[in-house]
Amino acid sequence: MAESDAAGTTYEAEHVHEVYEQIASHFSSTRYKPWPIVERFLKEQPNGAIGADVGCGNGKYLAVNKEVFIVGSDRSTNLVTFAKQHKPHDVVVADNLSLPHPPHSFDFAISIAVVHHLSTPARRVEAVKCILDLLRPSQQGVSGSGGRALIYVWALEQKSSRRGWDEGGEQDVMVPWVMTAKKEKAPKKKKQQPRKKGDETIHGGANVENEPEEKKEEQVETQEAKPEGDKTFLRYYHLYRKGELESDIEQAGGSVIESGYEKDNWWAIASLK
Amino acid sequence: MKLLTLNFLTCAIKTCKTQASSFPLHPKDSELEIIEADMNLPFLKNILPRLMWEELRLICKELGLPDLPPTAPTPNDLVEGGIQEVADGQQPADEQPSQTAKDLHRVLLETCIQEGKLVCGCCGHEYAVKEGVANFLLPGHLV
Repeated sequence: MAESDAAGTTYEAEHVHEVYEQIASHFSSTRYKPWPIVERFLKEQPNGAIGADVGCGNGKYLAVNKEVFIVGSDRSTNLVTFAKQHKPHDVVVADNLSLPHPPHSFDFAISIAVVHHLSTPARRVEAVKCILDLLRPSQQGVSGSGGRALIYVWALEQKSSRRGWDEGGEQDVMVPWVMTAKKEKAPKKKKQQPRKKGDETIHGGANVENEPEEKKEEQVETQEAKPEGDKTFLRYYHLYRKGELESDIEQAGGSVIESGYEKDNWWAIASLK
Repeated sequence: MKLLTLNFLTCAIKTCKTQASSFPLHPKDSELEIIEADMNLPFLKNILPRLMWEELRLICKELGLPDLPPTAPTPNDLVEGGIQEVADGQQPADEQPSQTAKDLHRVLLETCIQEGKLVCGCCGHEYAVKEGVANFLLPGHLV
């Protein structure tokens, strides 16, 4: 293993894997609504198609189509515990750079909000390659007949979101996950907006603590929930700029069939070249 | 973990994946449980071409389950009374699963490995299965 690769592994273990293990239960309770493009992609698959969900998290996409068979995988044992309830699918614990699947054995694959957690350009391209390698190649002479993968990553360009990220900004960021203390009685106002509580409050740049302006914003966000009882976990993200996902796919030996932007994310459907 | 899933699993170590001996993974010290699942005949018919029959037979043997038939069933074998020809534009009659379909459903989708190990035939690495979930995370020196 190359030195930079080893550093990437160690970094992600602390700033991605460990965080998801800790926030799994709370994270899972906020993840239930499938994104429209992912839902469409899954519903388009013919009955009996075989799929992989790389980084399946709590398995919310395993609930979309019961006529296909999906093997989900996630790095987090705690999240997989939530994912295993979805029939008729199955889940395993695995690293997305060391997937336990025979090459070219799947009709389709999805990897939603996963690749942006890899901390170096080479590791992100490798993650895309690992997804593409799952896919069935095209039958001889029939172009476009091979398996397809849908990949989603967080976008840098989020002008309309409250996170304040946009073009030209820092792409490697730490994103807080705020868990409110269980003993606290949440104010009524909070109860009416369950999805906001504990969801992303965002800071640009790695040194969140040292940025007074950002800090001020966080206090505004959490004031009502009494911040002393809250726990904040920071997760590493690489925010993709326009065209970057497509470029990663090309570098990984794939070709982009369709791509676009949906609600603060870049997405692409790709196949093997 | 369903036995069907073993049809799509191999060793997580990159150098093993390209070796024929890494597939299928071999169950060891397995505790099996039957977890009932809805029968979906069209689904079963559609996955037939994806099944690695010889390998699934081997897995069943290793688990001490009744032998699977020597050759894979055809879609026709899965329908009680066989598949009926239907003229264009007409609704096909309601198909019922044959005994073969029921047996296959039981083996692939209801027979689950709850505890045990999966062993790679190439490198010998053992992956633990706990509470029905196989863990393929590798120790650092094997990545």
